[in-house]
Amino acid sequence: MNKDEWKNLWVYIETEENIAKPVGYELLAPARELANKMEQKLVAVVIGGNVENIANEAIAYGADEVLLVEGDEYYNYSTDAYGYALETLVHKYKPSIILLGATHNGRDLGPRVACNLNTGLSADCTIMDYDKENSNVIWTRPTYGGDLMAAILCSGHRPQMGTVRQGIFKKAKKNRDRTGVIIREDIHIAKEDIRLKLIERVKEVAERVELEEAEIIVAAGRGIGSPEGYKIIEDFAKELNGVPAASRAIVDAGWVPYAYQVGQTGKIVSPKLYIACGISGAMQHTMGMSGSDCIVAINKDPDAPIFDVADYGIVGDLFEVIPELIEVLKEVR
Amino acid sequence: MKILVCVKQVPDAREIEIDPVTNNLIREGVPSIINPFDAYTLEVAVRIKEVTKNTEITVLSMGPMQAEEALRTCLSVGADKAYLCCDEDVFKGSDTLATSYILASAIKMIESREGAFDLIMAGKQAVDCETGQVGPELAAHLGIAQVTYALEVTNGSDTIIVKRSSDQGYDMVSVRKPAVVTVEKPIYNPRYPSIKSKLEANKKPITIITSKDIPGLDLSRCGVDGSPTRVDRIYAPVRNKHCVKISEETAKESAVKLVDLLREAKKLG
Repeated sequence: MNKDEWKNLWVYIETEENIAKPVGYELLAPARELANKMEQKLVAVVIGGNVENIANEAIAYGADEVLLVEGDEYYNYSTDAYGYALETLVHKYKPSIILLGATHNGRDLGPRVACNLNTGLSADCTIMDYDKENSNVIWTRPTYGGDLMAAILCSGHRPQMGTVRQGIFKKAKKNRDRTGVIIREDIHIAKEDIRLKLIERVKEVAERVELEEAEIIVAAGRGIGSPEGYKIIEDFAKELNGVPAASRAIVDAGWVPYAYQVGQTGKIVSPKLYIACGISGAMQHTMGMSGSDCIVAINKDPDAPIFDVADYGIVGDLFEVIPELIEVLKEVR
Repeated sequence: MKILVCVKQVPDAREIEIDPVTNNLIREGVPSIINPFDAYTLEVAVRIKEVTKNTEITVLSMGPMQAEEALRTCLSVGADKAYLCCDEDVFKGSDTLATSYILASAIKMIESREGAFDLIMAGKQAVDCETGQVGPELAAHLGIAQVTYALEVTNGSDTIIVKRSSDQGYDMVSVRKPAVVTVEKPIYNPRYPSIKSKLEANKKPITIITSKDIPGLDLSRCGVDGSPTRVDRIYAPVRNKHCVKISEETAKESAVKLVDLLREAKKLG
């Protein structure tokens, strides 16, 4: 393979029902830095029903160029239609790198396309660096439950592909004055070639936990001792106008629903204030919250690794400390 | 109906420890389990079998001979047949692309002997590597449809009906057979084997598949040589935050101090 034929950095901006998922815009921030290092173009790929506005947004967030594919068959995601469109673009333009958001649909599309292109895909990366001499991305991801980091190379194949979870990177500031080129690509797939049919879509708004958007999060770990122990966490969160959350341990134990889970296999959050109560601080958990502006840890064990990522810590029993905190907060308000 | 379920044997994460000096995993003596998402998947398959006449479930794994144990367990909770792709020299070091190529080649070989599968299933991801890539890559190699993140799977006439978890709730979708479906945690737990089912499982054969058993297998697409990605290095992350630890006489005093510090730093909104 002649690697020099493969140029530019692509960011796939995922859409559904003509709305962009935030992770696509987030990825344009680190991608801008990478593209600058590469001295090559940052190209956003936008596939959807009617999504020209998203192409313009992508430019405002840092893209130099947008490849825009529109059609009724792209209004809802299907592996067949989206895979066909993305692969067609890759064959035509030969990108060196493709970044995708690690959403459900991104993790459905990425491996399908990578396999058809006979190339490698690194999942859930948290750091991307660039080795200019060899034009390789160094993909870094947590491994073995998050206690170690693995640096992965895809040196002999192109494009080099990677997925990144939502919330790992922050969106750049939108710049409406940025200009860029939008290239429309007329790619269509026959209806009968789409093997998946959407029968019904259910949006469970009532049960949705808005962890990703929360400014204050109070999270509980095994230290709450029992499912009943979660009540005090909810009370504390309420007092702070925050949202309660949970570590994997107590979700796995069935004490709290999965929607509340923060960590590598749950939500990645970056609130202004994150209070970890009775959470030991395995990397599995901390990689889901270490981007928070301020972290407070409450834990009985003074040697718990959670204190290594915290700004403030109270060494003590959460069942003694939290009621006092609620009292103090009531007094100062 | 013919169903194939892919399973992976993984180290029990709760038991893994890391050597503080070398940062390597201490693998010795770590017990192995069936990847939990694969165990859920098998349960989903067995429930389809219970309501669909003439359904046969085959389980397939790739790994060392030790993985026979995992397959044996599958045979005791509803699987009918088991295959293990085991060939250290050729298969070891495979990344997801090479692994899915080997599994797809093995599936084609099994199908040539026993007939085509209507449904191929796997857990949404394995808990040791957590990539979730082998399922979709398997579907790509086989050129068939895929549905990921299934919460419920039912058998239609020429389609499979899947309740698919989405970022906002769920989608009900239908997909043309044959298809690959990867499974999330359903609302029920996998069943346990009984003494009787364990004894019966012991009598069932587990067929070993080596690279030589798969006609036309391209060895350059297997193992390290067939893997586009490679782990360059593994390291422990650096943590260098300075934590202000509060440890006053009483919980009350600690609480007052923390709230003061947070108010001072304007973190309380």
